[in-house]
Amino acid sequence: MKVLVCISHVPDTTSKINFTSDNKEFDKAGVQFVINPYDEFGLTRAIWLQEKQGATVTVLNVGRAETEPTLRKALAIGANDAIRIDADPTDGYFVAQQIAAVAKENNYDLIIAGRESIDYNGGQVPGMLAAMLNIPFINACMGLEIEGDKASLIREIDGGKEKISASLPLVVGGQKGLVEEKDLKIPNMRGIMSARTKPLAVRPAVDADHKTSVGSFEKPAPKSAVKMIDADNVEELVSLLHNEAKVI
Amino acid sequence: MSVIVYLENWEGKFKKNTFEAAQYAAKTAEMMGTEAIGVTFGDISDDASVIGKYGLSKVINLKGGDFTEFNNYKVAAALKDVASQNGGDTYIISGTFNGKAVAPVLAIQTEAGLITNVIDMPSSTSPLTVKRSVFSSKGLVSYSTDVANRIVVFIPNSVGVTEGEGSAEMSEGSVSVGDVPQSNVTDVDRVKGKIPLPEAERVVSGGRGMKGPENWGMIEELAEVLDAGTACSKPVSDMGWRPHTEHVGQTGIAINPDLYIAIGISGAIQHLAGVSNSKTIVAINNDAEAPFFKAADYGIVGDAFDVVPKLTEAIKKFKAEN
Ligand SMILES: Cc1cc2nc3c(=O)[nH]c(=O)nc-3n(C[C@H](O)[C@H](O)[C@H](O)COP(=O)(O)OP(=O)(O)OC[C@H]3O[C@@H](n4cnc5c(N)ncnc54)[C@H](O)[C@@H]3O)c2cc1C
Ligand SMILES: Nc1ncnc2c1ncn2[C@@H]1O[C@H](COP(=O)(O)O)[C@@H](O)[C@H]1O
Repeated sequence: MKVLVCISHVPDTTSKINFTSDNKEFDKAGVQFVINPYDEFGLTRAIWLQEKQGATVTVLNVGRAETEPTLRKALAIGANDAIRIDADPTDGYFVAQQIAAVAKENNYDLIIAGRESIDYNGGQVPGMLAAMLNIPFINACMGLEIEGDKASLIREIDGGKEKISASLPLVVGGQKGLVEEKDLKIPNMRGIMSARTKPLAVRPAVDADHKTSVGSFEKPAPKSAVKMIDADNVEELVSLLHNEAKVI
Repeated sequence: MSVIVYLENWEGKFKKNTFEAAQYAAKTAEMMGTEAIGVTFGDISDDASVIGKYGLSKVINLKGGDFTEFNNYKVAAALKDVASQNGGDTYIISGTFNGKAVAPVLAIQTEAGLITNVIDMPSSTSPLTVKRSVFSSKGLVSYSTDVANRIVVFIPNSVGVTEGEGSAEMSEGSVSVGDVPQSNVTDVDRVKGKIPLPEAERVVSGGRGMKGPENWGMIEELAEVLDAGTACSKPVSDMGWRPHTEHVGQTGIAINPDLYIAIGISGAIQHLAGVSNSKTIVAINNDAEAPFFKAADYGIVGDAFDVVPKLTEAIKKFKAEN
């Protein structure tokens, strides 16, 4: 079984988000980058498939050389090899085309991506990729079992979940539940050492266009100061929620 | 040109975000000087004419074996076919789990420009330009697309709805779905009698300060008097005190209700990332230094075990009097 895990390289969740002075770009200065949290669940799930069901796991990122430490970390966690497609990930459509080109060559049985990247919150790449390959796409996937060429999956829906069966190959947009938080693999020393010599192939981008363009960034309007209410006077809160905030 | 809107229904019933999508589409169509057409799937038990109150006059109902259970490829193919029958070039979709499964597939099939996570009406429809939220609500940015077909996926509850006058005509349509990748829903498990978080107008949320799952009764009582959904912080769901589907924040569900009450939650940056778009935020915490107070509109420093039951009583009393 060949598994591809798509890894998005994103600012650490504690990052302060700033934009360049002309508001045209995200300001990366001083920002720590990590594996997208949703992709971490998928990566660990893939490593389990490797350990228990003999899968080979390839990790892939569309990005410039700066993302290689993130791919090396995924190798240290246990992926067999890595691919970096050397391009700026301009929009979801562009990125999906890049991944689709690799996927068409390598015939993966399973492609695991994340529900969304926590930077641009697009939630676009996995579904676009699936549609380009014309294979099933299960988003918000919180459970995945593979037997032979059949998959049984659990997908989050509004207010609940549903079970799905499908044949491989397919694409999932994964999240917590693929594995639990406590199961997430972290690199150990041996993994870090062996990651240095695992293959990381750099491929040029294929010709592709993008369909959206970014205008200017801004920060959300700051909150006005909090109004503190005495714990013995909850009636005042009720009246503020009714008269001032008009939410009850 | 015309606007096609996916009108989702849940076991035949429409919800607020269906109306929000209808209104979004009607207003966009008005900006474009054209009409908007709603598409809904399966058997509808609600009175479809109410859609008209949100500005749509035409709804097409697609029935049959292809649409008895949700399949993103079939919905996408059907929306595309309705569009081709009606000159549709602009699609409006509410960012529910199903909406998010349909949109990227539809984008490829129609070669459309897809803009997701949208929080406002378009500022222009030529090229289509909309504001979207990025970096888990820590930033906003305008996006535009100048390709012929375009898809807007907005965050539920972000643009709001206002009920007006009007009535919609619903007719049965027929479409060809063609050969699409197969996947089958084998079981649906929807929590009954609870308001799903993304569409809850009010949310009561508990954190580690609640000490244990046995104390959630007071959270649920407060939620009940407010007609609110319940949520929790990440450690609370990680420890199994509450189901994962209640976990809000950067790595859980992002919500933007009218009222968010955070009880015994410190206000970590990852938690705030998923809730800071709420219109009004109340924080209840026994630590006056808790970071949540910086993000809240109203705050009470106090012991949750004392404050929450009192607040529930006060709201009950208020409701009885008003
Ligand atoms: C990659 C990553 C992603 C994350 N994503 C999320 C996310 O999506 N959502 C999320 O919530 N967290 C997320 N976190 C975790 C986050 O950093 C915090 O650890 C978490 O939000 C803290 O939860 P809490 O506020 O319930 O608990 P604590 O931080 O332990 O806070 C408990 C609070 O309760 C108060 N308290 C205690 N007793 C009482 C009482 N009797 N009455 C009133 N108040 C009381 C305390 O003063 C304290 O402020 C993430 C972390 C990481 C690293
Ligand atoms: N530049 C990228 N390189 C590799 N995978 C990506 C990239 N961008 C997004 N993905 C994958 O697609 C998922 C959803 O991302 P997005 O559509 O950007 O929200 C991520 O969780 C990744 O698995």
